Amino acid sequence: MRKFFVRNLPGYAFLTPWLLGFFLLALGPMLISLYLSFTKWDMVGDPQWVGLAQYEYMFLKDKRFWQSLDVTFTYVILAVPARLAFALMIAIVLDKGIRKIGIYRALYYLPSILGASIAIAILWREIFNIDGVVNAVLINFGIQGPNWIGNPDTSLYTLVVLAMWQFGSPMLIFLAGLRNIPTELYEAAEIDAASKAKQFFSITLPLLAPVLFFNIILQTIEAFKTFSSAFIISNGDGSPADSLLFFTIYLFNEAFTYFRMGYASALAWTLLIIIGLFTAVSFYTSKYWVYYENERD
Amino acid sequence: MPDTTIANHELNLASQSVEAKNTNAAEISKQLRANRHKRESRQALLKHLFLGFFAILMLYPLLWMMAASVKPENEIFGNLSIWPSAFHWDNYAHGWNRMQVSFTTFYANSFLVTILSVIGNLISCSFAAYAFARLTFDLKKFWFALMMMTLMIPYHVVLIPQYVLFLELGWVDTYLPLVVPRFLAADAFFIFLMVQFFRQLPRELDEAAMIDGCSPYKIYWAIIMPLSLPAMATAGIFSFIWVWEDFLAPLIYLNDMNNYTVPLALRLFVDQDSQSAFGQMFAMSVLSLVPVILVFVIFQKLIIKGIGMSGLK
Repeated sequence: MRKFFVRNLPGYAFLTPWLLGFFLLALGPMLISLYLSFTKWDMVGDPQWVGLAQYEYMFLKDKRFWQSLDVTFTYVILAVPARLAFALMIAIVLDKGIRKIGIYRALYYLPSILGASIAIAILWREIFNIDGVVNAVLINFGIQGPNWIGNPDTSLYTLVVLAMWQFGSPMLIFLAGLRNIPTELYEAAEIDAASKAKQFFSITLPLLAPVLFFNIILQTIEAFKTFSSAFIISNGDGSPADSLLFFTIYLFNEAFTYFRMGYASALAWTLLIIIGLFTAVSFYTSKYWVYYENERD
Repeated sequence: MPDTTIANHELNLASQSVEAKNTNAAEISKQLRANRHKRESRQALLKHLFLGFFAILMLYPLLWMMAASVKPENEIFGNLSIWPSAFHWDNYAHGWNRMQVSFTTFYANSFLVTILSVIGNLISCSFAAYAFARLTFDLKKFWFALMMMTLMIPYHVVLIPQYVLFLELGWVDTYLPLVVPRFLAADAFFIFLMVQFFRQLPRELDEAAMIDGCSPYKIYWAIIMPLSLPAMATAGIFSFIWVWEDFLAPLIYLNDMNNYTVPLALRLFVDQDSQSAFGQMFAMSVLSLVPVILVFVIFQKLIIKGIGMSGLK
């Protein structure tokens, strides 16, 4: 008995704050929101058990739910590859042949560190305004641009551009990965007269697969959670015409504008399941395309 | 004799030609190297041009905003210039006092929340990370796996029950819902970051200290912490930036304008869009970025190393 305490006491003592947080702020709330998702509750009185009715309504009747999925998935599918492609391209340019890359690294990373702020969201609203900077550039080419933010056909792309602008952290991770690829491989390829494109697809990309995988997972989860900038740019309600109705914004409004806590909880669990499924599928399929050097077969 | 002469002669010729070849080869390789050098430096120049141009393109929106914050109101829109025709510094003074509550209060609130949160993060996350990285106890792997899973959980999933909990506790419209979770290691990302770092420290240190009769608590404080200042600084910097920019939690928990943090106050400008105070709005936006930019400039090296270490967002 004494031995048991001696072995476990220090570990659990240090773990106590996290354990409390885990049960009170993560696991407990998750289970409660799962329960709430089977109820109807406006925060007045007790939650009413309705079984699967919320989910039934969500999947079968709620057009705005499908709209919010559409917006979120479109955003994820456009923004993540665009950001990663940018990040990889710049990382490759930075990786070889030039010295003093520190200044570029810092400048390119700056937007990533500022990008989540409300100030940048405000700036973006005005840049893509009808008389904003983007249209002022276009007019020099004789093009009268639309009101990018106010037009439901273009509003989502302004957020994709905002996401691309913040390619800094995947770039740094790619750069660290590129530095780990042995130069001898490229030298050997040069001797065999392999083209640059061939070198990229046969050396760089396969050896970068673990880093790429890591970046894809991280950035996709991040993109699913997009909230603040979309909230500011869409006036808090996903407008114009629900074209910026991100899943998180829909959920937020159901919960804190209309106090439909049961339905909002059902939305929250749907989001959790989507992210969980995505992660599980990625990890499962990764063994077919991610090659780890120190792996034994 | 003639044979040897001829042979000698031939030998001479041969050695001459070898010499010639050698000088030839040396020259050629020199030239090749020079060519390559030229080509490489030309390529490097092209790369610098491209990267420099791209950097300007990336920074342009920020520069434009800084200019817009002091431009005359009619010069802001439809204008690409990053050099104002006149400097209206009073945009800053007017923006600062535009709301019923001045930005002095908003900044004080933001700094209070941010500093408390950073302290909370550093203490609670380093505790958990120390347990995971250096101590042995039952179920360690199980808890660690759970901790890693919480990294994936979107905040929105726990938001409603947390809100109900804090409402019941009477904490809404105080800073407790923003700060207390940080003292309970709710930002599990920093645990992961610190675990990565603590694991690299040599085990022998702990073992030697243990033999000298040091307790695990003493080892944490006297050995691990002093050696982990870079990791602690990195975690501190990132939590400063994230808490400073945090919008969702303050949006939910703070109602009274006297309690607003800076991001919430900035949002008021957007709602008042129609009253056209764009210069002031940009002035306050620029100011809100200053603490983050300062931290970035001062700690740039640590930040970039930290990302390489853990893949922060």
